[in-house]
Amino acid sequence: MVHWSAEEKQLIAGLWGRLSAEQCGAEALARLLIVYPWTQRFFDNFGNLSSPTAIVGNPKVRAHGRKVLTSFGEAIKNLDNLKGTFSKLSELHCDKLHVDPENFRLLGDILVTVLASHLGRDFSPACQFAWHKLVGVVAHALALNTP
Amino acid sequence: MLTAEDKKLIQQIWGKLSGAEEEIGAEALYRMFHAYPPTKTYFPHFDLSQGSDQIRGHGKKVVAALGNAIKNMDNLSQALSELSNLHAYNLLAVLSPVFALQFLSQCLQVVLATRLGKEYSPEVHSAVDKFMSAVAAVLAEKYR
Repeated sequence: MVHWSAEEKQLIAGLWGRLSAEQCGAEALARLLIVYPWTQRFFDNFGNLSSPTAIVGNPKVRAHGRKVLTSFGEAIKNLDNLKGTFSKLSELHCDKLHVDPENFRLLGDILVTVLASHLGRDFSPACQFAWHKLVGVVAHALALNTP
Repeated sequence: MLTAEDKKLIQQIWGKLSGAEEEIGAEALYRMFHAYPPTKTYFPHFDLSQGSDQIRGHGKKVVAALGNAIKNMDNLSQALSELSNLHAYNLLAVLSPVFALQFLSQCLQVVLATRLGKEYSPEVHSAVDKFMSAVAAVLAEKYR
């Protein structure tokens, strides 16, 4: 079980309150597909992913990005039971979609960068630490069903 | 591989940050030590508190090296050759160089993102990520 200090919980929840899940999610997913183009293989049916502009404007990317961040919101409400919170999603990503868990780590890193770009100096080193820990734990929970 | 467009974006961004290099280097290092605590093991002799002289001094060195690399993107191997030797032969304690350098890369990108906001576009993000991977690969070249 992961231990969360009161400060970490505060830093996570505090930042979360200031973000638009829709905006950050769309951006994070778009950046994943742009910066690490091999991840596009999981989104064959998303339509036009032919350029950064196309990816950023793609409505399916935006919608899926929003879904991803919404589930982060669930994680934040359930920091003490991430394994349970993500068990169905883990089944989906591992058993059905066969995603290499390394990709969850990549998305996590990208999300941290997106937060930094939105929050500027407010994204302090302490915030970075707490969020880096969160994305790592979420990635781990998602990977639990990996063969 | 770095495209011509990537190189242009990197040079532009670097130009925008001119004057703040020292601060950026120090901040990237400080964030690395605190977001990725195992990296502290490579600097047991350092005062790792925020703003310490050692972090500032080392951050300045790191950024100067990156600046030099940016001026010589067509020949990173040569531009970073001395540093590559230093990391491989003198700093043998570095066990997983590519891994550790990835953390510095991530922290540098976070610092750039906090300063550039929207200007840290997906295209810039991609170019910087590729550039830092190339730098890490060159630095780790002589490990074995």
